[in-house]
Amino acid sequence: MTATAGSGTRSQPGGPAPATPRGRRRPGLVLAGSGVALLLALLVGVWVGALPLAPGAVVATLLDHLLGPLGIDVPGGLSGTEEAVLLKLRLPRVLLAALVGAALAVAGAAYQGVFRNPLADPYLLGAAAGAGLGATLVIAYSPVQSLGPVGIVPLAAFAGALLGVGSALLLGAVTGGSHGPTLLLAGIAVAAFLSAGQTLVQQKNTDDLREIYGWLLGQLGKAQWSDVLVVLPYLGVSCLVLLLCGRALDVLAVGDDEASSLGVHPGRLRLLVIVAASLATASAVAVSGLIGFVGLVVPHIARRFVGGSNARLLPVSLLVGGAFLVLTDVVARVVVAPAELPIGVVTAFIGAPFFAGLLWFGARRR
Amino acid sequence: MSAQTPPEGTTGARVEVVGLSAGYGRRQVLDSVRLTVGPGGWLAVIGPNGSGKSTLLRSVLGFHRHEGQVRVDGVPTNGMPRRERARAMAYAPQIPVLPEGITTSDYVTLGRTPHRPLLAAPRGVDRRVVADVMERLGLGPMAKRPLATLSGGEQQRAVLARALAQQPRVLLLDEPTASLDLGHAQQVLDLVDLLRRQDGLTVVSTLHDLTLAGQYADRLALLSGGRVVAEGTPAEVLTAEALSAHYGARAQVVAGPGGPAVLPVRSVG
Repeated sequence: MTATAGSGTRSQPGGPAPATPRGRRRPGLVLAGSGVALLLALLVGVWVGALPLAPGAVVATLLDHLLGPLGIDVPGGLSGTEEAVLLKLRLPRVLLAALVGAALAVAGAAYQGVFRNPLADPYLLGAAAGAGLGATLVIAYSPVQSLGPVGIVPLAAFAGALLGVGSALLLGAVTGGSHGPTLLLAGIAVAAFLSAGQTLVQQKNTDDLREIYGWLLGQLGKAQWSDVLVVLPYLGVSCLVLLLCGRALDVLAVGDDEASSLGVHPGRLRLLVIVAASLATASAVAVSGLIGFVGLVVPHIARRFVGGSNARLLPVSLLVGGAFLVLTDVVARVVVAPAELPIGVVTAFIGAPFFAGLLWFGARRR
Repeated sequence: MSAQTPPEGTTGARVEVVGLSAGYGRRQVLDSVRLTVGPGGWLAVIGPNGSGKSTLLRSVLGFHRHEGQVRVDGVPTNGMPRRERARAMAYAPQIPVLPEGITTSDYVTLGRTPHRPLLAAPRGVDRRVVADVMERLGLGPMAKRPLATLSGGEQQRAVLARALAQQPRVLLLDEPTASLDLGHAQQVLDLVDLLRRQDGLTVVSTLHDLTLAGQYADRLALLSGGRVVAEGTPAEVLTAEALSAHYGARAQVVAGPGGPAVLPVRSVG
């Protein structure tokens, strides 16, 4: 899907192309590079930790497990304890980080595209505030810890996030249609209201403050295979929808009137993208708490490499977001080992200087 | 779905606007507007600020809720699927939104949207049409440049190229010269005229410069207070009386080289 982008007008007589950074002419290369980066991040994620695992042995063990059913034995694997750490702790955690990072980044890019606003992030329409209220309510008041195999906090966070976005959409619709600015303001109103509710509940239940804060700052420490499997279908479907909408979002970028004149239904498209992005966000938030920064900044990092076209930006954001969160999670669990830093703090601590540097070098190159 | 470029010289369509009324809330802006443009004709809608020119174009395109009917070659556009309408009519707004961070050729390629599935990548035929259009409009050397780095005149041509990449039968232009100086305005209008003559495109445009409107369009419609108060050849519509009555303007209309020229007259004393 990206090969065409690079060769779009190859038939043109070669003119000068001064202001085009290298990467924008080779979106396929950037996409492949992001894929490799994600793969490397995943490997680093399983190698590094309180108990370092030998890289070669990790790969051997993984291959052994993958090829085992085919009757192929790969020698040189990890010891029993190490293998348990790898399979029970590290692998689900790293995969969950990749999924959450990918979902937040692609949802952020989609929100930025749909609102034509570089400051948009996946939490804009009340997803974060709703999830926060839901999680805080059940941490403070719920007598049970789980419903069946699923924890009660993820469920409440998921429901809260969808409730938040749903209210914003409803408010936006009754006050002036799905037009960008009205919907943004509706989202701000809903988010402020839900945040106030969350603060109120939190202040009345100071005993649970620590747990609530832990959740609000984002956490991957309790990641289990069940978390990965529970969110995978939601994240998979919503991210797929968003990736498919990339080209349509590019049409929407010329404004509603012109998009209509090109045969697109701006209102329907916007609703589809917002619903898909919100579903992705809600699923991510449910299993990881509120991890800031990824959804806002990763799309901008991706934009530096592939330009503003959503058809290219969304897949690259997805891959870079996954890699970014896996690596920040590594930092979160290594710097104060055996304790851990909240990942939401680390994303900003690492991401902000990194992004500032990118802006700095981008400005100097021009 | 055969990958063929339609032959050069696609023919324009007849556009009929019948009893078109539209408004904003309770305020009526257009009142039973009736207009007809023949295939390959150029109708310029003129009129003072706020007379409803832009609303008329937006209603014809179906963006604005309206009563009455718009027919393209006799087919009402109301029931037409949006994509089909987009293959018949292309539109360039007064202030186009130029997306950031995309190249000129990517922008022009957006014009192919109604011709391919929304999710699909541009095909060979799309790339060919885009390359052709950009070559014709002298945008070939700017293909790989970010749209934002083009000059105002080049951007206007890029918008026109995007509309032409739609391979429409009718081109609707809202103030195509609004932000251009005289030279660039003439370039754009010459270009539209050339395309009209070569492809037989039907052109409906609003134009605030009355002299230019008279020079390029073969028919003018003067819109005032939401009604068409005069329609006909430039010489019939552009009269000092009409300008005084509907624009509140003091002007002389003199015979110029390419049609009537409107000469503002300064009040004395």
